Amino acid sequence: MTAAFSRFRRALASLTGIALSADKQYLAESRLGPVMRAHGVEDFAQFARMFENRDTDALVRDAMDAMTTNETFFFRDRAPFDEFRERVVPALVGARAREKRLRIWCAACSTGQEAYSLAMTLDSDSRALRGWSVEILGTDLSRAAIETARRGVFSQFEVQRGLPTSYLLRYFHRHDGDWRVNEHLRARVAFREFNLMSDFRDLGRFDVVFCRNVLLYFEPETQRNMLARLAEAMQDDGYLFLGASETAADASPCFTPGTSDGLWRRSAAARPRLLTA
Amino acid sequence: MKQVLVVDDSAVIRKVARRILEGMHFRTSEAADGKTALVECQKAMPDVILLDWNMPEMDGFEFLCTLRKMPNGAEPKVVFCTTENEVGHIAKAMHAGADEYIMKPFDQHILRSKFEEIGLA
Repeated sequence: MTAAFSRFRRALASLTGIALSADKQYLAESRLGPVMRAHGVEDFAQFARMFENRDTDALVRDAMDAMTTNETFFFRDRAPFDEFRERVVPALVGARAREKRLRIWCAACSTGQEAYSLAMTLDSDSRALRGWSVEILGTDLSRAAIETARRGVFSQFEVQRGLPTSYLLRYFHRHDGDWRVNEHLRARVAFREFNLMSDFRDLGRFDVVFCRNVLLYFEPETQRNMLARLAEAMQDDGYLFLGASETAADASPCFTPGTSDGLWRRSAAARPRLLTA
Repeated sequence: MKQVLVVDDSAVIRKVARRILEGMHFRTSEAADGKTALVECQKAMPDVILLDWNMPEMDGFEFLCTLRKMPNGAEPKVVFCTTENEVGHIAKAMHAGADEYIMKPFDQHILRSKFEEIGLA
């Protein structure tokens, strides 16, 4: 590992939480090559210095975009969406009957498929939520991913991975050879560029948080810190969806295991002891 | 082991689809047009039919309509797999009794995803 890569790793972890292992220098150089060329930077050592010093917003943003993983598709893994529809929504409909308000956050939503999948899930069984205020917020570190999510335009390949054809017909229309999410569904989801290392407090409190396959990119200490801050951003009886291989057990007693892999319940009794980032 | 009948006038597509499906632990058979596929269905009704639209003799849509009127013809799941990718075609196929719809080109991820949709992967 070169000194330049070491410097870049530290700066990336500090800025985004992403922990690159020491053997990922080839990955970083390969992903950052186009960014370096676009910004006229000739060698990686110079680039690492510029990134560390945050020379320009554009260079930092482009580098973060390049280093984030945007693998996603509609209804990915299916089971969390079944759980959301069959257990979580009915439970919240009962618990929020008076205020008739639900807030859902897709943290690290990438290009928006997960947030739109939740919107379709709620819309397809909308009777129980008639007259409710339902807010779905998708956030991601990558500006490019958020712009794609806002446009809601997906390729023929993307709409065929995980998306039932009945939903394609109901919620999409053809758009210059691609497929675009219909306006009424786009209006139900808000997207915002957001760094999970920053303060969550101005986002408000959520009833449900989807933060799947995110923690695995962070160091254990950063994971614990993030879980504590997620707990703080959730209602006392809220639901947290992690990736099936991720755990909130380290954040006990803020979360207790739910009824399926990856689902965690906010523990009403425990408020997190916030750690410094 | 479930049986999939691959119906497509392209020998290459039939070969690729069979290879993927056999990797998913299905038994497979094939037909090059709708008329031949109907004969296969009369002999033994498959569990799933992967169906092209544009074929000689009898196209996929006509095959589907005829199949659904046959005894036991409502039983197989039908997944269209075609270059026809306009909303009108997709809606027409689904209304006629197709269970899922694949727009070519496809790969193993798409095929697996669509078979999951019909509860068979």
